[in-house]
Amino acid sequence: MAAQNDQHQHWMASRMLMWLTMLLWAIFGLVIHLFAGALNSSAFPGAYFMAGTGAQLAFVVLIFWASARQNAIDAEYGLEESEDK
Amino acid sequence: MSMLKGGFIQNLNKVYGIYTLGFLGFVILMGILEAIGVSNTHIGWMFVFFTVVIYAVIGVLARTMDSAQYYVAGREVPAVYNGMATAADWMSGASFIALAGGIFLGGHPYMAFLVGWTGGYVLVASLVAPYLRKFGCYTVPDFIGTRYGGNLTRFCAVVVLVVASFTYVTAQINGTGTVAARALQIPFELGVWIGLAGILFCSMLGGMRAVTWTQVAQYIVLIIAYLVPVFWMSSKLGYGIFPHLAQFDAVVRIQELEGILGVGQLVPTAEAQAEAGRLGALKVGVNDPGEGWLSRWRFFTLALCMMTGTASLPHILMRYFTTKSVRAARQSVGWSLLFICMLYLSAPCLATFVKLSLLDPNAATSIIGKPVSLVTNLEWIQQWSNVGFLKIIDSNGDGFLQINEFFMRGDIVVLATPEMAGLPYVVSGLVAAGGLAAAMSTADGLLLAIANALSHDLYYKIIDPKVDTRTRLVVARVLLLAIGAAGAAVASAKLTSILGAVAWAFCFANSGLFFPIVLGIWWKRANRWGAIAGMAGGLVAGAWYLYQVQFAGMTPWYGIDGLRFGMIGMPVSLVLMVVVSLLTPAPDKETQNMVDTIRFPKGRAYLRAEH
Repeated sequence: MAAQNDQHQHWMASRMLMWLTMLLWAIFGLVIHLFAGALNSSAFPGAYFMAGTGAQLAFVVLIFWASARQNAIDAEYGLEESEDK
Repeated sequence: MSMLKGGFIQNLNKVYGIYTLGFLGFVILMGILEAIGVSNTHIGWMFVFFTVVIYAVIGVLARTMDSAQYYVAGREVPAVYNGMATAADWMSGASFIALAGGIFLGGHPYMAFLVGWTGGYVLVASLVAPYLRKFGCYTVPDFIGTRYGGNLTRFCAVVVLVVASFTYVTAQINGTGTVAARALQIPFELGVWIGLAGILFCSMLGGMRAVTWTQVAQYIVLIIAYLVPVFWMSSKLGYGIFPHLAQFDAVVRIQELEGILGVGQLVPTAEAQAEAGRLGALKVGVNDPGEGWLSRWRFFTLALCMMTGTASLPHILMRYFTTKSVRAARQSVGWSLLFICMLYLSAPCLATFVKLSLLDPNAATSIIGKPVSLVTNLEWIQQWSNVGFLKIIDSNGDGFLQINEFFMRGDIVVLATPEMAGLPYVVSGLVAAGGLAAAMSTADGLLLAIANALSHDLYYKIIDPKVDTRTRLVVARVLLLAIGAAGAAVASAKLTSILGAVAWAFCFANSGLFFPIVLGIWWKRANRWGAIAGMAGGLVAGAWYLYQVQFAGMTPWYGIDGLRFGMIGMPVSLVLMVVVSLLTPAPDKETQNMVDTIRFPKGRAYLRAEH
């Protein structure tokens, strides 16, 4: 029973992480580009930067961060892979 | 290789380190040969010949008769190397040759492709890849078929996979043919078949195992071939040795020049455009996202379609079946994107600097505003006009070149950079080898995805489940050959442009597969009938809409054109899947338990290693 409860808790935590990741993904991948006009309002070419460099860097960081978080969640509930694999 | 096998995986750094040094040595040798007077044609030949032979040798060395090796490379590929292989699998001839040119001509709206083709990996990492790795399937239809149960379900997944991947592979074989034809100076049709022979050599004998290790080799060639001209051009033309930071100042300067030169205001005359045919003039500002909600919406929908398409294209997802563990699969997605970004972050940079060097009157390379007689005498202008890649039409007859009188094909930005910046021919040969590597590696992955789905899911799982492993692997190879030949036949007919075909493939994939895959993991209540309705309904709705706007002359709804028809297919798929699932009984206890076990990494994969 304890194991099942752990599994449930683990999935709740994983799901939270997934929604948080999706939120950040939507911000950098979709929402921010809706404000392309505002990004360009200063002297710096903000719209060009976000579409050609900024979003991509955000995605790389996001994936490595979420993957580290998920590993920590797996370990916390004792559901990580064993070393001998 | 079988003798070396244990040793090979442990010695990857050494093997590929030596390979990289060897390749660099080869490039330097070619440079020396050029300096002592060997002709350009021979150098082009040697670049293509040497690299293709290397890939074929790797393909032959990695031959195997073991099904886990053939389908998932023995599940022993380290995360970083799988990242490189995925990057090569991902970056097609279109990414290599056409992306920078697309940004050059299309400006900010085109950069939605850049956002979409990178952001999709966030979806792959957090929604799909680790769970499919834990599941332990060989192919994507293998997951759909086992999760939802039933041959019809599996069959629907096979159909969507074949439609999406075949659309994509014709574009790649076309790209291979184009590069081979140019580098070897042979007819396009012959180039297509030679390219195909190289592709099949890499994949036929060793399946996924061979494709993995050739794709790593191809990644190394393509990234060197892309970055060398970018950095070299930038430092030679005085834009600094690290152009990625300097590009923003260049954009500001271009925006000033655009006002002076009338980019966006001066459009080609109707006669000139008719004469130029499919070549385009620069009409969009480098950093002009357009006015109004429709341009925002078009950016949004294109990025969204490319992202969800990324997360449903089987040739990408199956790369993550080859890692050692769930954890490695997750990390491998990050590495993939990092390796992809090495090229994708350089593409806008290349487009911007090429643009600046053509537009800026202070640059020695500029052509806009110069006398037409002077420009048409430039060697690179003559060379690329001869092959129909660019055209100069002095439509107002004033003897000077205006922005609306210079027509070009996007591909030229990558292909002509070395000549424009006055780099030695060896760089052009390098670029040809890189373009070939990009197109071949993607075609490899796609052909294998199709052949594996047909041999494993259609033949073995549905038609003849008792067949022995040997026969299965022979069937897989025969199918690979047949599909490759069919792809080459379609490619030599040149039905669609490369970019159109690529975007279609993404939309077919997300219309039919995105929700069945994602909900299969994240929604336990999703059942067989829902999945069938979602796959069939999404694919049919998307294909119907594409037919209507592309061929039947319907006005696109809200700017959703043929590049974005996933915006129609996906919602249909989602709604049908949810509604039909809820109207039919919930999946049985066993299926629910199966979904539970794939949600955490601990324990064995759901499917046996040999299945």
